[in-house]
Amino acid sequence: MNRGLIGASLAALAVAGCATTGAADKDDGERVRVASDPFPSTYQRYPGAPVVVTGVTILDGEGGRIDNGQVYLADGKIQAVGQTVAAPAGAQVIDGAGKYVTPGIIDVHSHLGDYPSPGVEAHEDGNEATGPARPEVWAEHSVWPQDPGFSRALANGGVTALQILPGSANLFGGRSVTLKNVPARTMQGMKFPGAPYGLKMACGENPKRVYGDKGGPATRMGNIAVTRQTWINAKAYKRKWDKYEAEGGDVPEQDLAMDTLKGVLEGKILVHNHCYRADEMANMIDLSKEAGYKIGTFHHAVESYKIADILAREGICSAMWADWYGFKMEAYDAIRENIAFVDRAGACAIVHSDDANGIQRLNQEAAKAMAAGRRAGLPITEEYAWKWLSMNPAKAMGIFDQTGSLKPGKNADVVLWNGNPFSTYTRPERVWVDGALMYDANNPRMRPVSDFELGQPGEGDVK
Amino acid sequence: MIRRSLQLLAAAAAVVAFAAPAAAQTIAITGGTVALGDGSAPIPGGTVVIRDGRVVAAGQGVAVPAGAQVVNAAGKWVTPGIIAGFSRLGLADVDAVAGANDQSSDGPFSAALDIAPAINPNAAPIAINRAEGVTRAIVAPSTGKSIFAGQGALIDTGADGQPVTRGRLFQYVELGEQGAETSGGSRASAHALLRNALREARQVGAGTAAGRSEAGLGQEDPREDPVVANPNENRTYEARRNQDVLLTRFDAVALVPVVQGRQLLLVHAERASDLRQVIALKREFPRMRLAIVGADEGWTVASELAASGIPVVASALTSLPNSFESLGSTHSNIGRMRAAGVKVSIGTINDDEQRMSFRARWYAGNLVGLSRLPGAAGLSWGEALAAITSAPAEAMGIGGDVGSLRPGRRGDLVIWSGDPLDHLSAAEAVYIDGVQQPLETRQTKLRDRYRTLDRGVLPEAYRR
Repeated sequence: MNRGLIGASLAALAVAGCATTGAADKDDGERVRVASDPFPSTYQRYPGAPVVVTGVTILDGEGGRIDNGQVYLADGKIQAVGQTVAAPAGAQVIDGAGKYVTPGIIDVHSHLGDYPSPGVEAHEDGNEATGPARPEVWAEHSVWPQDPGFSRALANGGVTALQILPGSANLFGGRSVTLKNVPARTMQGMKFPGAPYGLKMACGENPKRVYGDKGGPATRMGNIAVTRQTWINAKAYKRKWDKYEAEGGDVPEQDLAMDTLKGVLEGKILVHNHCYRADEMANMIDLSKEAGYKIGTFHHAVESYKIADILAREGICSAMWADWYGFKMEAYDAIRENIAFVDRAGACAIVHSDDANGIQRLNQEAAKAMAAGRRAGLPITEEYAWKWLSMNPAKAMGIFDQTGSLKPGKNADVVLWNGNPFSTYTRPERVWVDGALMYDANNPRMRPVSDFELGQPGEGDVK
Repeated sequence: MIRRSLQLLAAAAAVVAFAAPAAAQTIAITGGTVALGDGSAPIPGGTVVIRDGRVVAAGQGVAVPAGAQVVNAAGKWVTPGIIAGFSRLGLADVDAVAGANDQSSDGPFSAALDIAPAINPNAAPIAINRAEGVTRAIVAPSTGKSIFAGQGALIDTGADGQPVTRGRLFQYVELGEQGAETSGGSRASAHALLRNALREARQVGAGTAAGRSEAGLGQEDPREDPVVANPNENRTYEARRNQDVLLTRFDAVALVPVVQGRQLLLVHAERASDLRQVIALKREFPRMRLAIVGADEGWTVASELAASGIPVVASALTSLPNSFESLGSTHSNIGRMRAAGVKVSIGTINDDEQRMSFRARWYAGNLVGLSRLPGAAGLSWGEALAAITSAPAEAMGIGGDVGSLRPGRRGDLVIWSGDPLDHLSAAEAVYIDGVQQPLETRQTKLRDRYRTLDRGVLPEAYRR
C-alpha cells in the first residue's frame, strides 16, 4: 500500500465539512475547519515486476557512487542498492554494463499542463494576471493532463516528478502542485501523494511589466509594498482563525487567498520565490523575516553566486539554469559557474527548467554546470552533481522522505541511462515510477501518447 | 595626419589588448584530433596550416612550413569554427530592452531592410558565443508588419569591430503561421503577397535590358515587359506602376535580385503543406534560389525536399507539437531528412537565436546520441559536425569561403579541450581569419570578481 495514499485518505477524512463563507453560526464545541486537501490525489502506482539491474554505474542522488553495482526494485520501492544485492530468483535481470542508474530527475520548476503544447492562446492557463496578488489560485486547476510535454520529459529527460508552478506575472501567483510523471485522465490522477503545496511568489521585472499600466505596482518598490501589505493582511487573517481555534465563537469568514498565506505562515506551504537579482533576493529575505515566513527556494536565481554565503546562512535553495542569460535585464549578469559557486558556498543548488524543452535535458544542463565548475577549479564529481537533479529539488519540494535518492524504502523512481547521463550522447533507456516501467526505449509500445497526439503526424513516434 | 595617428594608435591598442598575431602570419596547429567539418571522421594527430588568414592544408601528414608559428594541440581537438546556421546574433544585447534590440521593424520598409548596419559587434552575445567557438553566424532579421523581414548577413564574431563578412546575403520571408498572421490572418494572403511582390520585382527588374535577360523574359511578352523602351527613362513605367502596388519602390527593388536568382530567398516554414508550397515556388520562379529554415515536419516530405535540392536549416531538438504547424515535430527530423538526401544543417529557429547559438554543438551531439537509439534517426559524428560548420555555409552558398578546414577557406578554427560535441569540452583557442581571439566575456569577468565572497578592504566594485 502506498504510504502517500494512506496520508491522502486521512487528510480527506479530516477535512470533511468545509467552512462556509460568512457563516455566523456558533459552533457547538467542534470547530469548523478549512479543507486542507479538497482535491485529493487519486494516483495509484502501476504494477511493476521485481527487477534487478546488474553491472551498472550507480549514482545514488545523495552523492554516493557504486561502479559495477546492482539495484533491486520491487513492490514500488527501492529494495536494495549495492555492489551486489540479494534478489529473488524470479526477478527480471537487466544487464546494465556500460550504463548508469540514477534516481529519476525532479524538476522543481515546470509549467507543463498550465502552458501545454500546442502553445495556443486557448491553452495559456499559467498566469492569473488580473491582479498582482492572487494567492487564491491553484496551479492544479489549470493542469491539462494531456499535455504531450509530460511524456517528452519522461522519455527524453528521465523526469519522474515535477512541480507545476503558476507563472510569474503576479507577486503572489498562487499554489503549486507536485505531480508524478505518470499519464492520467485527471490532474488528481497525477498528483504526488503527500507532497506539500508550494506558494509561487515573484519579484522584479515581471510584476512590474504586467501591472505597470494596470494600476500597479509599477516599480520594484511598489512590488515590495504590495507584498508586505498582503502579508500584513494575512497575519491579521491568521490571528482571527487562531483565536477561533482557541476560543471558538463566530466562524471567521473564509478567504481562499488568505488560506494559502496562512498555510505559509504555519510552515505547511513552501515558498518558491521567482527572483533573479542578488539585491532583490536580499530584500525578499528581510521581508520574509518581517512577515514571519521562510523562503524555501529562489527560482531563476541568476545572481545567487553574488550572495551564496547569505543563501547558505539562511538555508535557502537556489533553482538555476546552466547557461540562460541576457533575455532580460535581470538576467544580464548570469554566469556559467552560478550553480557550482552556490554549491561551493554550502548552499542548496538545484538545476531547474522552467521550459518544456529544457526539462527534456536537465541531465545535460547539470553537465554544463559541472563542467563550468570544474573549469573554475572546483573538483565536482558526477555523483555529487546529481544531487542538483534529485536530492536538492526533492528537499525543496518537501518530498525527499519519499523520493529523490536511491535509498532502500524510497519510491522506486529510477532511470536506467544508456550511457553516462552527463554526455550529450546519452538518453534514458528505461524509466520506472514507483517501480512501474513507464518508458522503455527498446519498446515502441512503452512510450505514452497523449489524447492530443492520437491521429496526428508522428503519433507515437520517437520524440 | 592627426586622424591617421589616431587610427594607428587604435590599431596598436587592439593588438596589445588581444595579443593577436598578425593575419599574415603562418600558423601550424599540430598534434590534435582534427575534424575537417566536411562530414568526414576526425583525424588523430593531424595538422592544420593557416597562412594569410586562410587554410592552406589540414589533415594527416601535413608538413609544417618553415617559419610557421607552431601551436601544439596534442590531446586537444581542432575543428573549423562553429557556424550559427540560423541566428539573430548581434541584433540584441538584451532581448527585452527595446533600445537594445534591432531584430525587427514596424517601419514602412520590409524587403529593403538591410540588417548589416544594425549588427553590434560589442553586444555581449557576440563575445559569449565567440568564447564558445562560434566564429560565424547567419544573421536574419525578424519580420515586422510584412512577410518580408529584409536582407540578412553572414557575420564573424571577431573582436575587431568589423562583423559583416557578407551583407545582403539573403532575403528572409515568413510563409508559415507567422507569415499568415502578418499578412492578414491566412496563408492564402501570405502567398498572394509573396507572388505580388515577386511579380512587382520582376517588373522592376525587367526595366533594364540586362534585367530582362537575367530574368529570362522574352522581349515581346507584353505581360512581362511593360512599356519601358529606354531603361534609363522610367517615368512611363512609374506612372503605370503607381496604379496598383503594394510594395514601396525601395522594397520592390530589393526583391529584384531575389527574383533573378542573384540573392538567396530564405523561407521560414514548418508544416508539411507549407514546405510543399515552397518547393512549388521553384516551378513558378525557376531562377529563384531558395533555402528553408524550420521544417519541423520536414521528415514527412523528405523525399520531395531532397528532389527539390532546396537546402534546409532545421532546429535539431524540437520534439513538441508547440503549434499546429509543428504537430509532427520529432528529434529524428534531421536524421531522417539527411537519410533521404536532404541537404540539412542545424540552426536555432525560435530558440533564443539572439543569444544561444553556442548550443548548436550540443544539439549536434544529441543527434549523434539519437543515432544509437532504436527506431530513431540521428547523425554520424562527422555529419553532426558538418551540420554546424560546412552544411549551413553550403546552404547559404558560401561553402567555398567558410565552414570547413578545406584549403582556401577562411582560417576560422577552434582548439577544444576535448570532443567539441560534448558538454565537458570547452573552446581553448579561437581563430577567426587566422587571428587568435580574446575569450574573455563579461561573464568571465563577473565570475572572477565573485570567485570569493570574502569581504575585502574595498567593495567588489574595485575588483577587476
